[in-house]
Amino acid sequence: MIQMKFKTSKELEAHRSAVLKAQDPKRKWISFCVGTGCIASGAEKVAAAMKLELKKNGPKGVQFKETGCPGFCERGPLMVIHPEGIFYQNVKPEHVHDIVSRTLKKGEIIKELLYIDPSSGKQVTNEKDVPFYSKQKRLILGNNPLVDPTNIDDYMAVGGYTALGKVLSEMKPEQVIEEVKKAGLRGRGGAGFPTGVKWETTRNAKGAVKYIVCNADEGDPGAFMNRSVLEGNPHSVLEGMIIGAFAIGANEGFVYCRNEYPLAVKNVTLAVQQLRDVGLLGKNILGSGFNFDMSVVRGAGAFVCGEETALMASIEGKKGVPKQRPPFPSQEGIWGKPTNINNVETWANVPFIINMGAEAYARIGNKTSKGTKIFALVGKIKNTGLVEVPMGTTLKEIIYEIGGGIPNGKKLKAVQCGGPSGGCIAAANIDVPVDYEGLKQYGAIMGSGGMVVMDEDTCMVDVAKYFLKFLLEESCGKCTTCREGIERMLEIVTRMSEGKACLDDIALLEELANVVKDTTMCGLGNTAPNPVLTTLRFFRDEYIAHAKDKKCPAKVCKALISFNIDEKKCTGCGACAKRCPQSAISGENKRPHKIDQKKCIKCGVCESTCKFGAVSRR
Amino acid sequence: MEDMALVRKHELPGAPADIDERVDAILNRYSGERRWLINILFDIQAEFRYLPRDALEYVARRMAIPQVDIYGIATFYKAFSLTPRGKHIITACLGTACHVRGSIGVLEELQRGLNVKPGGTTEDGSFTLETVNCLGCCAQGPMVVVDQEYHGQMTPAKVRTLLEDERKK
Repeated sequence: MIQMKFKTSKELEAHRSAVLKAQDPKRKWISFCVGTGCIASGAEKVAAAMKLELKKNGPKGVQFKETGCPGFCERGPLMVIHPEGIFYQNVKPEHVHDIVSRTLKKGEIIKELLYIDPSSGKQVTNEKDVPFYSKQKRLILGNNPLVDPTNIDDYMAVGGYTALGKVLSEMKPEQVIEEVKKAGLRGRGGAGFPTGVKWETTRNAKGAVKYIVCNADEGDPGAFMNRSVLEGNPHSVLEGMIIGAFAIGANEGFVYCRNEYPLAVKNVTLAVQQLRDVGLLGKNILGSGFNFDMSVVRGAGAFVCGEETALMASIEGKKGVPKQRPPFPSQEGIWGKPTNINNVETWANVPFIINMGAEAYARIGNKTSKGTKIFALVGKIKNTGLVEVPMGTTLKEIIYEIGGGIPNGKKLKAVQCGGPSGGCIAAANIDVPVDYEGLKQYGAIMGSGGMVVMDEDTCMVDVAKYFLKFLLEESCGKCTTCREGIERMLEIVTRMSEGKACLDDIALLEELANVVKDTTMCGLGNTAPNPVLTTLRFFRDEYIAHAKDKKCPAKVCKALISFNIDEKKCTGCGACAKRCPQSAISGENKRPHKIDQKKCIKCGVCESTCKFGAVSRR
Repeated sequence: MEDMALVRKHELPGAPADIDERVDAILNRYSGERRWLINILFDIQAEFRYLPRDALEYVARRMAIPQVDIYGIATFYKAFSLTPRGKHIITACLGTACHVRGSIGVLEELQRGLNVKPGGTTEDGSFTLETVNCLGCCAQGPMVVVDQEYHGQMTPAKVRTLLEDERKK
């Protein structure tokens, strides 16, 4: 690690050369993901076992690097052995002995650990040949598996802080803003406002004190790209922020990170300290005369704090309640001072724009949306994980070519884009190019990039109910129409799911949704009806089935279904009867069992216990 | 919803009387500015496993912030609890990805097994059941976390086994 403070960008470059010189490109090293997703699959135990095994039996000089998330969470824990690029997935502690003795020492490939491409059925040895990766363009995420997030030298080895050095030694603030404008960068967190224009407004705002903020309050359920970047490569975000602060003329910054992401908070806090130690934060950075420092602020579990004015109130140590705009944060933000706020992914794009040049950057993407975007592809999809593609890639390509399609031979029904503020895009419309404008025509938004895939077993009324419940809890309560309107909408949808609604309820629901949309103050309220409006638009027949026929076509809404045992499939093993909390299942040993519908509470324990698929919903 | 009544630390059986000193130690880590209030509340909760009324009153006095503001923050943000939490925290993720894979059934089974509602603590004080809107481990959903340990691909049947195992510990 670095022991010095860099006084000029030349010193910084000299250090980078030294770091790179010490790295033999042919050296053997292991990249192992310890991001939250892989930790959830048991990565910590594997890492501990691997380190022990390397110490005991390993060949000398093999570096074991614990990195951030490469994105293929579905197959975690993930390991790549370099320089060959051998890709092992689903690695367990019992595999580490073989990995060391066979692969590291003898160069043998362990077939059981290889990924099998579900579409071709073939084993894939090399990471770069995995279709999930090979069809992406991994500008931001690409460095995650190369970098130990706790080691600033690792980030420097992949070109980190080159852009900052260039900006501080060669560019004027106005030139930086011009570059970002020319690149066409737009906000990656919500409405897609042009970043350069926002920076310029804050720069031109009156006042000597200005702030910048990184919005890492990634509250959209089903979205985790910001977590992954912040915990896997925090320096990439911080570099973008320092460049932005220089361009805007801010001397203090904040990273506002969600409390549910403990590893991200830890890694970004450490990175900030490292930057102070090497003089990239503090007074007179790289001899440029520019002063800047920042602190990490933890959120405390409030979705509305992703809204910029609420977030800023939270930074001030208050309740996160949104304020009326204008004045916009760029005029009056934190403590009344001009404040520029961008999200994690937006900041992380900045160093690339400086390094590549605006023109090269603007060649990625399409006419109105430039660069790449990371999506969290989750739900009913074969390859769950983070996907980074050029803007304008079609939803179909993302779902089928990268995501591998829908598991268990089911049919795609819809893709929910943009979190609770977004909407559901029906399967018939998946040729839509995924960019800011493309998604809007179907009532959805890009948001932070959550993509929840839904198959035929997903009930759209239930999805609407889910989001309304979520929003009811998260509404701050300031605007009456949001506070009360969401609750009334939830009542109607709940009636539908219980078979107690009538056809008129659909029209009432639609009317209410439009009122909430038109009469609330902040982004949360304005967009709260989107899940209802988009499902009403594209899946009206399902609402009608619930309201008129009292049926749930997807067999999800409990009041409208029953659990039954198929006599032909039931082996009479009695496993379900033993587990049933209501003792509602009876039958003789080795004879088909039956469910007493009067006792059944439809908890689904029998369905998930049965190994023969004999329990079904009707 | 969580019970909004505040519990004083000294109302609990066997509670130590050193509450002011312990809160002092936390306050001394920060400058007296309002901006640190949320961090301070986090630290107090880590210390006592909830926000005791006495501690909040003490913070209000020392930081010269109205008690109502502190109460407002403590009830606005989900991360804070005004009642003592259990020894173990069981968190069910209700994110969208977990939802479409059946997290409701998982949560209901947890409620039945523990006989508490979300936010509630079992009578013996062993477990508190909480929910979270997304942990970002969507690939392994439905997800249940017991203290720091993640359990993925949960089903109602697996919940029963999980609770049996946790009770044995």
